[in-house]
Amino acid sequence: MSTLLATENLTIRFGGLTAVDGFCLKLHEGELFGLIGPNGAGKTTVFNMLTGVYLPSDGTVHCDGCLVNGMNPVQVARLGVSRTFQNIRLFDELSVLENAMTGAHQHSRINLFDSLFRTPRHYREEKRQRDIAYRLLEFMGLEDRAGLAAKQLPYGHRRKLEIARALATEPKLICLDEPAAGMNTGEKAELSALIRKIRDELKITVLLIEHDMKLVMGICERIQVLDYGKTIALGTPKEIQNDPKVIEAYLGGE
Amino acid sequence: MGRMISILVVALAVVFGVNWFLDSFIDTYVVRVVNLCGISIILAVSLNVINGLCGQFSLGHAGFMAIGAYVSAYFTTTLRYFDEAQAKYVSVEPLLGGQWGFVPALIAGGLAAAVAGAVVGIPTLRLKGDYLAIATLGFGEIVTIMITNFEKIGGANGLPGLPAYSSTFWIYAFVVVVVMFSWYLQRSTFGRALIAIRENELAAEVMGIPASRMKVMAFIYGAFFAGIAGGLLGHLLQTISPATFNFMKSIEVVVMLVLGGLGSMTGAIVGAIVLTALPEALRDVESGIGLPGVRMVVYSLVLILLMIFRPQGVFGQKELSLKLLGRLIPGRRAKDSGGEE
Ligand SMILES: Nc1ncnc2c1ncn2[C@@H]1O[C@H](COP(=O)(O)OP(=O)(O)OP(=O)(O)O)[C@@H](O)[C@H]1O
Ligand SMILES: [Mg+2]
Repeated sequence: MSTLLATENLTIRFGGLTAVDGFCLKLHEGELFGLIGPNGAGKTTVFNMLTGVYLPSDGTVHCDGCLVNGMNPVQVARLGVSRTFQNIRLFDELSVLENAMTGAHQHSRINLFDSLFRTPRHYREEKRQRDIAYRLLEFMGLEDRAGLAAKQLPYGHRRKLEIARALATEPKLICLDEPAAGMNTGEKAELSALIRKIRDELKITVLLIEHDMKLVMGICERIQVLDYGKTIALGTPKEIQNDPKVIEAYLGGE
Repeated sequence: MGRMISILVVALAVVFGVNWFLDSFIDTYVVRVVNLCGISIILAVSLNVINGLCGQFSLGHAGFMAIGAYVSAYFTTTLRYFDEAQAKYVSVEPLLGGQWGFVPALIAGGLAAAVAGAVVGIPTLRLKGDYLAIATLGFGEIVTIMITNFEKIGGANGLPGLPAYSSTFWIYAFVVVVVMFSWYLQRSTFGRALIAIRENELAAEVMGIPASRMKVMAFIYGAFFAGIAGGLLGHLLQTISPATFNFMKSIEVVVMLVLGGLGSMTGAIVGAIVLTALPEALRDVESGIGLPGVRMVVYSLVLILLMIFRPQGVFGQKELSLKLLGRLIPGRRAKDSGGEE
């Protein structure tokens, strides 16, 4: 199995706080990998470093053989890493379909001239983006809502739309930050099936942050546990469930 | 593209007809107001791309107008200035004389403004919100100060003697162009990217949209048409001075946008017409009831009331369209049961 993403000693400090400390991650291609930990453990911060939003204070991120740290988010997106956000960041005034289309934007060779003069390339690109976006809305079960403004969607659908938009970038790796937050039991079951489908059918590697243990344990092959920025455990769901350090971190924190 | 050309040809024919009609039957004062409305539309629609679509609060539009006005005037006007060395007045003949030189001169003005847009945009568009507003305001002031100190183009006294080339036809030809382009822009990959940046810049970048580059492009686009509008205004007023393009002019355009609804092109058009024609209409009311000055009071009152009762502007971000009118008819709501189980 080849390694898709590897971090080495990844560290970030905010003033006196070391939010992530010596984080090492090896993500195999085609894996469904869980990143868990109590609140404030540094999970979202890891995502921010992986996607070029934060510059690590120390350590490296390699994806597909390229050095990622030092790249900006646009370059990282081009490399094939996409993500969703814990606090949903949709383009509220755009329609559901248009939101998904923005994900396909980066692969267009379109410029201002094409847009203004409606060249054949413009129409071709619009159609291409629309097709990709529509296909992914269908994949996520949102095709009925394509024409609505994103802000009109109920919460659970907003989370799904963020996933559709991230998928439209045609990534190799998708990082999902608490995609089940705020969903009810039925929606969560549907979501875990969808996450599996992303990996199995679209062949995209999934890195998942999630607080819902049932969901994480149910679908992830390997799980890494963070606490106060440090890795305290790494293993299969079974190993993690029985790890005394993990139990301590979760129970001790309450 | 074929459809675009047909629309353009038809629209220009209509503009030509309207120009002929106005010139033949309507009194010159009304025609002048119509022309000023056209220039305001170009300004508001182009600023809408920067402020409305892309969400970058720019107060530099008057600066770009000034550049466009002076550069186009440079090509069309006989310049007279006092030459120290020869100790006499020297006049320089226009490079692009006559009606047919007008459009190239306007475009040269637009391009010069666009270059200025790039020069200003690249460093300042990293700034956000108020800081960007202040930086662009500063740019506008720098432009007027530079003109004031440049004696060859009239300095503070301004530059007189611009030929009266800005006919209704030329003004509205450019209105057609800017409206068409901006409409196309708005409904394209490019426009969606600008809106995405406005809605959530971080998410846009993570989706691979190069926010800084897109913002600079929006700025250049807006500056180009502001430059054109400046050239048209110059050749309508026939005299330009730094005072014509002071920061109040920028504010005026922003107010048009806010009135119509930031982000709505049709809103920008309506805002431009209302705010250009309303003061003129109120001028008649003023002299009618014999209360000078009441005009500005009414004008301000309208704006204040609007901002209290409809802060998103008349149109919000919606476009005026048949669909919008259709939605006002009950019983046509889209089926939407929400996301509950
Ligand atoms: N930009 C920042 N500036 C300062 N501190 C930050 C910043 N971003 C994150 N932190 C801090 O880093 C720590 C880790 O935060 P992070 O958001 O990564 O936690 P998390 O594991 O995602 O938690 P949660 O489960 O609540 O989402 C927290 O103490 C947080 O306050
Ligand atoms: Mg988090």
